[in-house]
Amino acid sequence: MSDDSHHDVSPKTIEQVYKPLTRRTFLKGAAASMVGMAGLMAALKPLLELEKGEITLEGLLRKHYRELGPEELRKIIGLISEKTEREYGVRPNLHDRKPSEGVEFGYALNLSRCVGCRKCAHACLKENNQSRDDASDIEMSYIRVLEMNQGAINLETSTAYYNPTAVPQKDKYYMPVQCHQCRQSPCTKVCPVQATWQEKDGVVVVDYDWCIGCRYCMAACPYDARRFNYKKPTIPKQAINPNQGYLSNRIRPKGVVEKCTFCLHRTRDGKYPACLEVCPTGARVFGNLLDPDSEINYVLNNKRVYILKEDVGTLPRFYYFFDK
Amino acid sequence: MKDYITFLFRVWRLSFQGGWRFYSWMTVLTVLSLIGLRAWAVQVVDGLQTTGLTNQVSWGAYIANFTFLVGVAAAAVMLVIPAYIYKKEHMHEVVLFGEMMAIAVIVMCLLFVTVDLGHPDRFHHMIPPFGVFNFPGSILSWDVIVLNGYLLLNLHIVGYLLYCRYRRQAPTKRFYIPFVFLSIAWAVSIHTVTAFLYVGLAGRTYWHHPLVPSRFLASAFVAGPALMILTFQVIRRVTRFWIGDEPIFTLRMIMTVAMVINMFLLGCELFTEFYYPTQHAAAAQYLYFGLHGHSGLVPWIWTAIGLNTLGLGLLVAPVSRRIFGLNIACVASFIGIWTEKGMGLIIPGFVPTPLGQVVEYLPSLNETLVCLGIWAFGALLYSWMVHVAIPIMNGSLSAHPNFSPNPANPSETL
Repeated sequence: MSDDSHHDVSPKTIEQVYKPLTRRTFLKGAAASMVGMAGLMAALKPLLELEKGEITLEGLLRKHYRELGPEELRKIIGLISEKTEREYGVRPNLHDRKPSEGVEFGYALNLSRCVGCRKCAHACLKENNQSRDDASDIEMSYIRVLEMNQGAINLETSTAYYNPTAVPQKDKYYMPVQCHQCRQSPCTKVCPVQATWQEKDGVVVVDYDWCIGCRYCMAACPYDARRFNYKKPTIPKQAINPNQGYLSNRIRPKGVVEKCTFCLHRTRDGKYPACLEVCPTGARVFGNLLDPDSEINYVLNNKRVYILKEDVGTLPRFYYFFDK
Repeated sequence: MKDYITFLFRVWRLSFQGGWRFYSWMTVLTVLSLIGLRAWAVQVVDGLQTTGLTNQVSWGAYIANFTFLVGVAAAAVMLVIPAYIYKKEHMHEVVLFGEMMAIAVIVMCLLFVTVDLGHPDRFHHMIPPFGVFNFPGSILSWDVIVLNGYLLLNLHIVGYLLYCRYRRQAPTKRFYIPFVFLSIAWAVSIHTVTAFLYVGLAGRTYWHHPLVPSRFLASAFVAGPALMILTFQVIRRVTRFWIGDEPIFTLRMIMTVAMVINMFLLGCELFTEFYYPTQHAAAAQYLYFGLHGHSGLVPWIWTAIGLNTLGLGLLVAPVSRRIFGLNIACVASFIGIWTEKGMGLIIPGFVPTPLGQVVEYLPSLNETLVCLGIWAFGALLYSWMVHVAIPIMNGSLSAHPNFSPNPANPSETL
């Protein structure tokens, strides 16, 4: 590159570098600025289509759920109910049931009984107010049912996209997977803004108004249990479940993460989760781990129990068991 | 203070003075940036359904570019160390260009993270005291600190040295030397913390191994110097600042060593994954050979390996002692590492999913435009910084224009 050393690099004089401002350059500059501004406005124009009320000052200033006083929470519940009514045509019964003392929820699923009908996955969609426009919306269900090959518990050879005329298929068995409500939950650990945490009764919840949508929790979850709202949920008026919990099944905004909450808007009221109620084979057992006489404790103490991915150290509150 | 405002005003004026080449280059970059901005505005309105991301593959091109660029930013340290620790005079001439590159690239990183958010309007939730900062639990909160810290460090060092040069004052050592040394450790930290983002996820076996941070640094110290070598030649061709061959060949040496280490570590990784394949090797299987009939990334990764091997071959061979050969090595390595470390690292973390499902990912058009816009904006920012810094560095713009400039050694105070 020695030939290049002839290239003139001596500094220009200040007059050459720094031309004085003349009328001509000023006008040229002004014209260029106008074009630039027009370009910027054109680039930002799509933002005009943002829905009214999607970004509000109140929303921007809203505090983290756990910092809200009862009065503030009541006010926000009112605002959210109004918004739901405005956008979906139904005024929900939006409430915020708190966890009870002496309750820690646990869930067990009988792999000997599950037939893979996926009724639980569909019931989950309905209960939790998710879109049901087309077949791909099942992806948002908090439950993935895996069709497994007999002979091993091998996730690698399983499929969630089985589509037979009837279940169960010969040589197959079925394994529904949903949030394991881990005691050592990787998802809550990685969230940069503490938008997700474990409640006193062991349920891992998300503050939909605090989540920034970075999806780090989804990367952290070993059970593929978290879902992201890539679009705004679309639910017809008559399909909306009006019994809505603040931390569970209220209609989510787009751009936030959500997950199974063991239907806490039901279970904290003493009901069973929707997936359990719909199960035709009675494969699901739900209850209070702190109650020694509960059915869940009977299962854990007397059946052969399997913990999925125990090696990852998540200490789940979700268990699998076998009859035989 | 008044002097400083005059300085800022002059820099502002200087930003709009240049020949037709400068104007066309900046116009093209501005237009591309605006196209990217528009694509992002569409994404804000419609949500991330405008991307190719799914519940299974929840991070894609944005995070891939982010990861790669953190490395490029960290690589500025490869100019700082020879200049300040080994006192190489010829590196002092160019160290400011490296630091300016770090600034532009960190801004790109922050933009890539921002466009990845589902709720960019809640960005302040990450900033204390407005937000609830999950520190020290979340590695992402560490990343926010180290990236912004690195940005501030470099802004301070570059701004201070240029202003001193403008005033024709020798910089006061205690105002910048401590920050320079801090920035060396800090540069390593930004890329290590970014690697820990992935390594910390025990549920993703492809990422959960201790080689990742070492490979991150090694590949960063190839890609960063490669980009510097190429841009330095542009600077010496089109501006009034002469950069000799010496810094370029010092960078070549650094690149070569880093590339050898990088490829060695790649070999270790491949041995571990494939000598005795376990279920944990499924992601590597998908990446290199395809899994259950899905092989979207196979051509991608072999292109990367081909380019990196070509880069390595050229770097260790005498052919890269000539600028032409070196340039080919730089282009091959830069693209090779971008390919491998971006999509080649991020996507297999999600394929197969932790439940064994294979869902492939391809960036959408809108997503690609956003990426393109951020790259263009980074180039715009860097070009602008170089454009206004050079008249200051070579002495044509100063607070005391009547003072005779000293072009003999324009970098003496830098």
